[in-house]
Amino acid sequence: MRLAGKGLINRNKRVRFCFDGRDYEGFEGDTLASALLANGVTLMARSFKYHRPRGVLTAGSEEPNALVTVGKGSSQDPNVRATVQEIYEGLEAVSQNRWPSLDFDVMAVNDLGAPFLGAGFYYKTFMWPKAFWEKLYEPVIRRAAGLGAISGAPIEDKYERAFAHCDVLVIGSGPTGLMAALTAAEAGADVLLAEEDSALGGRLLSESGEIDGIPARDWAAAMAEKLAGMDNVRLMTRTSVTGAYDGGTYGALERVAHHRPLAKGLPKECFWRIAAKRTVLAAGALERPVAFQNNDRPGVMMASALRAYVNRWNVAPGQKIALFGNNDSIHDVAADLLAAGVHIAALIDSRAEATCALDVPFYAGAQVCGTDGRKQLEAVSIARASGVEKVLVDCLGMSGGWNPTLHLTCHMNGRPEWREEIAAFVPKVGMVPGLMAAGACNGAFSTAACLGEGVGAAQAACEALGLEAKAPKLPSAENRPYRIAPLWAVAGKGRAWLDFQNDVTVKDVKQAAVENFRSVEHMKRYTTQGMATDQGKNSNVQALAVLADATGRGIPETGTTTYRPPFTPVAIAAMAAGAADKGFAPERFTTSHRLTVAANAPQIEAGLWYRPSYFPAKGETTWRQSCDREVGYVRQAVGICDVSTLGKIDIKGKDAGAFLDFLYTNMFSTLKVGRVRYGLMLREDGHVMDDGTTARLADDHFVMTTTTAAAGEVMKHMEFVSQGLRPDMDMRFASVTEQWAQFAVAGPKARALLNEVLDSPIDGESWPFMACGPVKLGGVDGRLFRISFSGEHAYEVAVPARYGESLFATLKARAEALGGGVYGMEALNVLRIEKGFITHAEIHGRVTAFDIGMQGMLSKKKDFIGKAAAQRAGLLEEDREMLVGLKPLGAVKQLMAGAHLYNAGAEPVRQSNQGYITSVGFSPTLGTYLGLGFLRGGRARHGETVQMVDHVRGVATTCEVCHPVFLDPEGERSRD
Amino acid sequence: MRIACPLCGERDSREFSYKGHALALERPAEDAGVAAWDDYLHNRDNPAGLTQELWFHDMGCASWLVAERNTVTHEFGAVRLAEDVKGAKP
Amino acid sequence: MIELKPLSPATGLLPLDIGGVTLREAEMAALTLIAPYMGREAQLTEALEAAHGLGWPQAGETSASGAARLIWFGRKQAVLVGAAASAKLAAHAALTDQSDAWSCVVLEGAGARDVLARLAPLDMRDVAFPVGATARTEVFHMACSITRIEAQSWQIMGFRSMAKTLVHDLQVAMEGVAARAKPALT
Repeated sequence: MRLAGKGLINRNKRVRFCFDGRDYEGFEGDTLASALLANGVTLMARSFKYHRPRGVLTAGSEEPNALVTVGKGSSQDPNVRATVQEIYEGLEAVSQNRWPSLDFDVMAVNDLGAPFLGAGFYYKTFMWPKAFWEKLYEPVIRRAAGLGAISGAPIEDKYERAFAHCDVLVIGSGPTGLMAALTAAEAGADVLLAEEDSALGGRLLSESGEIDGIPARDWAAAMAEKLAGMDNVRLMTRTSVTGAYDGGTYGALERVAHHRPLAKGLPKECFWRIAAKRTVLAAGALERPVAFQNNDRPGVMMASALRAYVNRWNVAPGQKIALFGNNDSIHDVAADLLAAGVHIAALIDSRAEATCALDVPFYAGAQVCGTDGRKQLEAVSIARASGVEKVLVDCLGMSGGWNPTLHLTCHMNGRPEWREEIAAFVPKVGMVPGLMAAGACNGAFSTAACLGEGVGAAQAACEALGLEAKAPKLPSAENRPYRIAPLWAVAGKGRAWLDFQNDVTVKDVKQAAVENFRSVEHMKRYTTQGMATDQGKNSNVQALAVLADATGRGIPETGTTTYRPPFTPVAIAAMAAGAADKGFAPERFTTSHRLTVAANAPQIEAGLWYRPSYFPAKGETTWRQSCDREVGYVRQAVGICDVSTLGKIDIKGKDAGAFLDFLYTNMFSTLKVGRVRYGLMLREDGHVMDDGTTARLADDHFVMTTTTAAAGEVMKHMEFVSQGLRPDMDMRFASVTEQWAQFAVAGPKARALLNEVLDSPIDGESWPFMACGPVKLGGVDGRLFRISFSGEHAYEVAVPARYGESLFATLKARAEALGGGVYGMEALNVLRIEKGFITHAEIHGRVTAFDIGMQGMLSKKKDFIGKAAAQRAGLLEEDREMLVGLKPLGAVKQLMAGAHLYNAGAEPVRQSNQGYITSVGFSPTLGTYLGLGFLRGGRARHGETVQMVDHVRGVATTCEVCHPVFLDPEGERSRD
Repeated sequence: MRIACPLCGERDSREFSYKGHALALERPAEDAGVAAWDDYLHNRDNPAGLTQELWFHDMGCASWLVAERNTVTHEFGAVRLAEDVKGAKP
Repeated sequence: MIELKPLSPATGLLPLDIGGVTLREAEMAALTLIAPYMGREAQLTEALEAAHGLGWPQAGETSASGAARLIWFGRKQAVLVGAAASAKLAAHAALTDQSDAWSCVVLEGAGARDVLARLAPLDMRDVAFPVGATARTEVFHMACSITRIEAQSWQIMGFRSMAKTLVHDLQVAMEGVAARAKPALT
């Protein structure tokens, strides 16, 4: 019911929204919870396990009950707390975990079975038969007990991530946070104030006191305005700081568009990573419930929430209200309710000595021991020494005291300490380096104390930053002591709820203790206490107090469970913001990319690069046809292939040769200028890291190539060797991968083609095999290397990347005129397999130079990376898996990469494994499938027949072991 | 986590990659023997407390760094350029 | 003789103007990576001063003289932009032509810094990153160079092959910032 009065709602702006298919109206400034309460809707959800009817418990982000699903389709957000969801025109929300409807939920039958469904029920019941768990029990339980669901459709909403930096991060904007922010800002610090609510003020927005003689809410508004006007202050509302991490890093979730319809380009949420030099935690405190029989009925809520609904949103959650608690704050709530004209039927204070200054039915030394009603609270039973009295009410506000919101202080594994006089845990100093807790989250509960601690914490932060923060005159505010007499659970039969969200009762915790789950961490996992989305904010302290009682220990000895990020739930979509679709990883395109796409070449990924797989020609229906044709270009005419993706590194300086000698197993300092040499690079553990050619362009200038996949790794390795092992070497290197567009020109007509495009022609004498040097093409300075990855007479020609597309087009056209054309990765792969050239399919990280038959390249004349380790006896044994060639025999005629090798006649099982196939291609040149692979003692087994079995794809054949070079073993074609 | 690169200043740890203990800088001589190479390649202490480790500022200035870090608190101490650490040794 | 036609890295992708923030491709200029040899820093500085009127930039800094700028580009290296490097420098430093290696874009406008804050973990507040400051850092997934060339003008250099991704990532961030600036539709 909406009350008169001046809350923080805009009565001039009505807002229509929909809940469970019904239309309602609220005001701008309402949350879904306040608007539903104003419309008399108290039943908002069903509980997790027993499907009990539930209403709203709180007015904040800690809400365990009122979880709803907002939005539709791929945009639907499950488990949205109705207390956080602001209403806007057209908002659509539905309740969860009920069928067919919230009002009539079939699964509520679980509640009748409650005596059997207590702690450990699942563990004890669904044990046998074993196979039933996955197939039957779990799916059924998951459907019966649950929260909201995501749509399953790919997400279309935008999520964003961002970084922020500040001198002082202030978390929370109640009296403490506002004073801290102002004090630090006036000292000149860059301040970032993060507030999870939609407006600044914290509890001041919901309470009725005064600060400096004006209503506290007006004081907060004035402070907010002042801060907003300062250049060095950044205010972030609707932003929950979710985690404290190492080095002053904080995670924060900003709800950008949950309070308004999504507009194009607008992110729904933004996940911030905030780097703060100093932090003031001013997160306030959360009121905790009292456990008593049936304390979970719709209409039972926190006293502070009741106060917030009345003061901030002008909503009376009931007509006849009772208040029950063990501390002074229920009296303040009662005063506010009376002032708002709400009828109070009973004020029940568990403290026998308590007095009441208000004109209400007052019960001192009394406790609520039960409630009536099902979908709505109808009455409370009040137990006193004189007996039990039933009072008809439709709403009960309860308060078991206040827990400082210290979660963030514990995120780096610190444990809080128990403070007896406020019956609560408080943070210890230094639990998160650079963070200071102040105000209510530090156990200071009066407004005056909060204001003072806010100033103090800001001054300490400023001092640490070398700034001088003046102490402002503290505003006057209430400074009453906080009086409380601990009360965790009211004695009596029946179920008394601790964790509303996971349906954990006092009985469950006691049962855990009986079954010897006495550690608080064990109790938590056995009962699921605190494991719901509210992470026990409303229940952990009471639960461990009950456990302490049950095990005869004190609360400090019992201790708390571990507090972990996030403080409030964070959608995975927010964590992964921006990383869907094109944001998943950068795409690297060669300069010829547009032309290969225009030629309809399917692209395949090589690392981050996209390379053409093959170029389909008219009439071709399979990739094999294209591939065979392209292989033919190279073997019979001339083929063009973009090889720019290979890593290219320019190395200059007087020690460049010596540096290469140290990096590679073989010698480079002896290489003549104008020549190219193949090099093999090992890791320090003696295994092959990479291979490639290096050209010497001048005495003190080399250009190294790496494989496409290993380019980054090799560069990092070179930096390590140069900086960390040999800083005495005088040379510098730089990646030029991006600078040069480089194309292979391969085939018998390669030179003829090149002589059409080079400004000065070349011949066999000036450009023998493995020659290199500068050339000009259309007046542009380029580089030419006579190297071959196909075994044919071939070159690679490089020009500055701006000319790449143009040169590719030219080469393509001229090659076609000569009976050749462009070729893609499939053909490139076949060409190199025919020649037994290795790629990372073979040098996959577990092979040595010995394994691939290159032990002759390990120089004895010098030290090099990996030399000592490569000599280890175990790496040189003759039964190691060695590189071999394989040809299929028999009827199947097909080899499969990834298939395993077995001796002829052996059972194809793991124990008899002899090796595996790494690369496979169909050779149109030789008219057969060819494979490269590794076989135990393979070099001595050429000519042997082995069986190949691909267990995954169900292909088996016999094959012949042979030398890995299938074509032109003498290498005459490349030299002609 | 934030790492104070001697060249770039304090940066988010996402810009760095980790290699392991700074012992990797102390490469044995070619003929140092099996035991020395075994230690260099494979054997590392696992201290609860201060350790010296190698980080590479690969998204930044491409410096290899030797950083002192407390494995218990994740607190960083001095961060130096590997080339300076290496250069300081004979 | 054949004729080769040059193309810029972001051909066909730019410019963009989203919510008052603009993104354009910088003109293709000569870029030379200068990496001093061991113990040659003093001679290099002298030669740079003589040939280009430029000082050697400290880490995170740039130096400028006329159209020529020297941008610190990582450990012991800087990139000379807008002038062909004098051959005299080669005695003291490795000179590597990088004119075609980088995609160079300029992001401008009041919201430019907010756009970059969505992509780079760099502290870009005025105190930490004044005009003339430069950094090697991450732009979403990519290793880039960011230079503040004017108060609201930022130059971003990424690998040429990733130009499309660089523009994509910046565009997404620009759209997010622009959409927030609009008043809520309620």
